[in-house]
Amino acid sequence: MPLLRAEDRTSWRHRTPRAQLFLWFGWLALVALTVFAWEVMNRDTIWAFVADAPRQAADIGARMVPPRWSYLDQLWWPLWDTINIATLGTLLAILVAVPVAFCAARNTTPSLLLVRPVALLVIVASRSINSLIWGLLLVAVVGPGSLAGILAIALRSIGFIGKLLYEAIEEIDPAPVEAVTATGAGRLQVLDYAIVPQVLPAFAGITVFRWDINIRESTVLGLVGAGGIGLKLQASLNTLAWPQVTVILLLILATVLASEWVSAKVRHAII
Amino acid sequence: MAALAHRTWRRPPLIADPRLRWLVYGGGLLYLLLATATLEVNWLRVWEGLDRGWAFVRSFFRPDFTSRGPDILQGMIESLTMTVTATVAGILVSVPIGIGAARNLAPLPIYALCRGIIALSRALQEVIVAIFFVAMFGFGPFAGFLTLTFNTIGFLAKLLAEDIEDIDESQAEAIRATGASWPQLVNYAIQPQVMPRLIGLSLYRLDINFRESAVIGIVGAGGIGATLETAMDRYEYDSAAAILLLIVAIVMLAEYSSSHVRKWVQ
Repeated sequence: MPLLRAEDRTSWRHRTPRAQLFLWFGWLALVALTVFAWEVMNRDTIWAFVADAPRQAADIGARMVPPRWSYLDQLWWPLWDTINIATLGTLLAILVAVPVAFCAARNTTPSLLLVRPVALLVIVASRSINSLIWGLLLVAVVGPGSLAGILAIALRSIGFIGKLLYEAIEEIDPAPVEAVTATGAGRLQVLDYAIVPQVLPAFAGITVFRWDINIRESTVLGLVGAGGIGLKLQASLNTLAWPQVTVILLLILATVLASEWVSAKVRHAII
Repeated sequence: MAALAHRTWRRPPLIADPRLRWLVYGGGLLYLLLATATLEVNWLRVWEGLDRGWAFVRSFFRPDFTSRGPDILQGMIESLTMTVTATVAGILVSVPIGIGAARNLAPLPIYALCRGIIALSRALQEVIVAIFFVAMFGFGPFAGFLTLTFNTIGFLAKLLAEDIEDIDESQAEAIRATGASWPQLVNYAIQPQVMPRLIGLSLYRLDINFRESAVIGIVGAGGIGATLETAMDRYEYDSAAAILLLIVAIVMLAEYSSSHVRKWVQ
């Protein structure tokens, strides 16, 4: 923080003139980039449609009420499927993510040069692709239905659980590891008695957290044909049955809130 | 005495109460049985699909960037511009809402209003929001831009508000003691404390917005997702693989550079 000498008095400034100049250029570049992106993005935007949006919104709103509550009877099975997709998908992901995480953590990996990069690549590839896109791919491969949904959820969750778990493994206290090693324990015994107990709470927290996210995501997987309540949503949207859409959205909202409540309770109990 | 000599240490079970333990295990097993039993799988279709799956895996080793080149380029441009504009717009809207949702800065009515906006934005999923915006504003990236902006608010404003609530109060008190007005208080006491984290969160959100921009195209909100869905519908796995590789590469690049910028800022 420089003191600038102007005329004959010293005044305090936050930054040097040079830093200030750089900062202004940075902001200018950001604004220019945003304006440019905005122009490119809206080349094909039809502004008449945008201006018409409030009327459209009012129209849709009017069609959505009153909700057709009788439709709820057809939604219980898809809801059960949705919950199963999220739960089984999470369980499947755990089976893969746990070994991957132990291979990716610096302190437990069998080989720093060979295995670790592969494990990290698996984690990154799984994380950067959304479960809806995984669903799109898997529906083409294994056909529409819950199985595609389960696999999509699992493939997306491997990266999430794997990343958070390997970070937790890397942050463990090395003292118990040393103590167990000193008793003459083998590598697997060290893993079992010194490392696993330390990461178990974190692991449970991560899993429940991901399960909560998966419930959310599995509600819309049906939009690409991967089973669950999203199939009903897609069908209702295609037939413009807005009163049914209202019921489905309210049910999804209730499910999401319930899962959030459950996961908060469980995490509170663990930690 | 002999019994004592044979006593060895055993690890205590995870759930101490044996009745509860068996209840949890039994319940879990029962649920698994029910869930897998009600799962409808057309194994014949899966078997037939394996060839296709294998073809798809192979296409990752020879991705085709050129034959759908113009479509991929257009989709990528839409996704990237959508990401940039939505993140900037999202930050601009999130900052006032975040300040309003901080209990130590805002009066109760404004606090309740801002928290309500945040809760609404967090409860609704991107794809569902996108469906509505597409219905209202027509197909294309403008609807996508609105969707991403709306969902950015829930994320950024919530974390910003929590950060403001956690600030060091003594600095705010010192500024207040100089007779500063409320805007001066925010500018000199709050902003310097939360700025590094706000920049970090914004970069993280940029990353998320790009990933989401690839998804909302599936429901017509512009971006690379639409191109991807078209490629999958036409069974053009080579083009789909090229798009997926591009997405992964951009996400990795964004994650790598944002972690550097964050280190530099903090």
